[in-house]
Amino acid sequence: MTLLPQAEDQARRKSSTQGVGRFIRSLTAIIWKDLAAELRSRELLSAMLVFALLVILIFNFAMELDARARSTVTAGVLWVTFAFAGTIGLNRSMAMEKDRGCLDGLLLAPVDRSAIYFAKAIGNLIFMLIVEAIILPTYSVLYSVNLFKPGLLLVILLGSIGYVAVGTLLSSMAVQTRTRDILLPILLFPLIIPVMIAAVKASTGYLQGVDFIDIRPWLNLLAVYDVIFIAVAFMVFDYVVEE
Amino acid sequence: MYSKPRILTILDIVTSLLFITAVALVFFYAPLEAVMGQVQRVFYFHVANAWVGMLGFLVAAISGVAYLLKADRKWDIVGLAAIEISFVFFLTAIVSGSIWARGSWGTWWTWDPRLTSAAIAELLYAAYFMLRQGIEDPDQRARIGAIYAILSFISVPLTFISIRIFRTIHPVIIGSGAASAEGSFDMTTKMLVTFMFSLLTFSFIFADLLWHRIRLGRLTEERETLRLKTLQ
Repeated sequence: MTLLPQAEDQARRKSSTQGVGRFIRSLTAIIWKDLAAELRSRELLSAMLVFALLVILIFNFAMELDARARSTVTAGVLWVTFAFAGTIGLNRSMAMEKDRGCLDGLLLAPVDRSAIYFAKAIGNLIFMLIVEAIILPTYSVLYSVNLFKPGLLLVILLGSIGYVAVGTLLSSMAVQTRTRDILLPILLFPLIIPVMIAAVKASTGYLQGVDFIDIRPWLNLLAVYDVIFIAVAFMVFDYVVEE
Repeated sequence: MYSKPRILTILDIVTSLLFITAVALVFFYAPLEAVMGQVQRVFYFHVANAWVGMLGFLVAAISGVAYLLKADRKWDIVGLAAIEISFVFFLTAIVSGSIWARGSWGTWWTWDPRLTSAAIAELLYAAYFMLRQGIEDPDQRARIGAIYAILSFISVPLTFISIRIFRTIHPVIIGSGAASAEGSFDMTTKMLVTFMFSLLTFSFIFADLLWHRIRLGRLTEERETLRLKTLQ
C-alpha cells in the first residue's frame, strides 16, 4: 500500500510541531492509513472472518459440540479461533507494509518509531475486535450460548490487547526473515501461552458463572502480561526496524 | 585468538575430573532412596541439567540486552552460544525427568506446571534457532535474535505462574513443597552433598562449553571475514 495523500499531508504538517500532540497525530495518521486501505480492499478482514468461521465449523465436527460439551469448551474454541484468525491478520498487515516499501517510507518519515509500533498495534487490535464482534454473535446464534456478558467482553478485550501487543512486534520481526509466513505462528504461540491460558480460564469462569474471586487471578495475570509486553515492545521496537 | 588458551585447557581437565567424581558420587556415595529406589539417582543430574538450562537462558537474555545497547557482535556470539548449550541441557533435563516420572509417578509425561512450562520454554528456544536461520544479514540476525531472547526470557516465568495456578504434583525438594506433591523425599546429608556437587559440576560444564562455543563463534566470524577478503 502506498501512503495515502492524506497521511502524507499529515506527516508533513506534524513535522513542524512537537511533543505529545505530534505523537498522537502521527499515530492517528498511520492508523487511518491502515483503516482506509482496508476499507478499500477489504482483503484482510474478509480473510480473517472467513477463516474464523471455518475454524468454528471444523471444531463443530472435530469436537461434537453438544450442549454438555459446549459449557466447558466454548471458551477454548473461541480463543483458538481468535488466535488463528489473528495470525492471518498480523502476517498480512506487516507483509503489506514490507512488500511495497511502505515500511521504508514510514521509517523515513519524521515520525517517532514507537508511534509506528503503536499505530500498527492499534490497527491490528481494531481488526481483531471487528472479527471478534462478528464471531461472538454468530457463535451465540449457532450454538445458542449467551456470550454477551460484560465480564467476558472485558476478558476478550484484555486478551486481544496482549495478543496484538506481542503479535505486532513479532510480525515486524518475522517479516524480515526468509520464512516469514510460517515463522510467525512458531514465534508467537509459545510466547502468548500465558495470555491463552488466562483468557480461556477467565472466559470459562464467566460462562459458567463462577465467583469473581476465582476469576480475579486470571484477570490480574492478563493485565500484568499486557503491561509488561507493551512496555517491552515499546522499548525494543526501535531495534527491530533499524536498518 | 587462534591458539587455545592455557586456562581453557585447565578448565577442560578440571571439568572432566569434576564430572567423573560427580558420577561416582551419584552411584556410590549417595544412599539408595527408600521408596523410589535406583530411579531416584536421576534427580541429581536432572536438577543440575535444568539449572544449566535456566542459567544459559539468563545469560542469553543478558547478552541480548548488552547487544542492543552496545551493538557489539561478541554479545551475539555469547547469546547464541548460551542458548545452544542450554537448549541441549534443558532437553536432557526434560528427558531425564521423564525417566524419573516413569519410575515414580508411573507415567512418562503429565501436564503438570513445571513439565508444561519446561516444554514451552524448549519450544520458544527452538523457535529462536528458526528465527536466526531465516535472516541473512548478520547484524539484523543478531539484533532480532537478541530481542527474541529477551522476550522469551520474560515470558517463561509468566507461563510458569499461569500454569502454576493449577495444582502441581511436581515435588519441590528445595524449600517447602506442596502437600499434594508425589515423589517428594527428605535429603540426607550425603544426598545433599551429592546434589550440591552435581550443581557445581554442571556449572563448570556450562562455563567450559560456553567458552568453547564462544571461541568457535569467533573463529567462524573470523573465517567469514577472511573469505570475504579473498573474494574481493
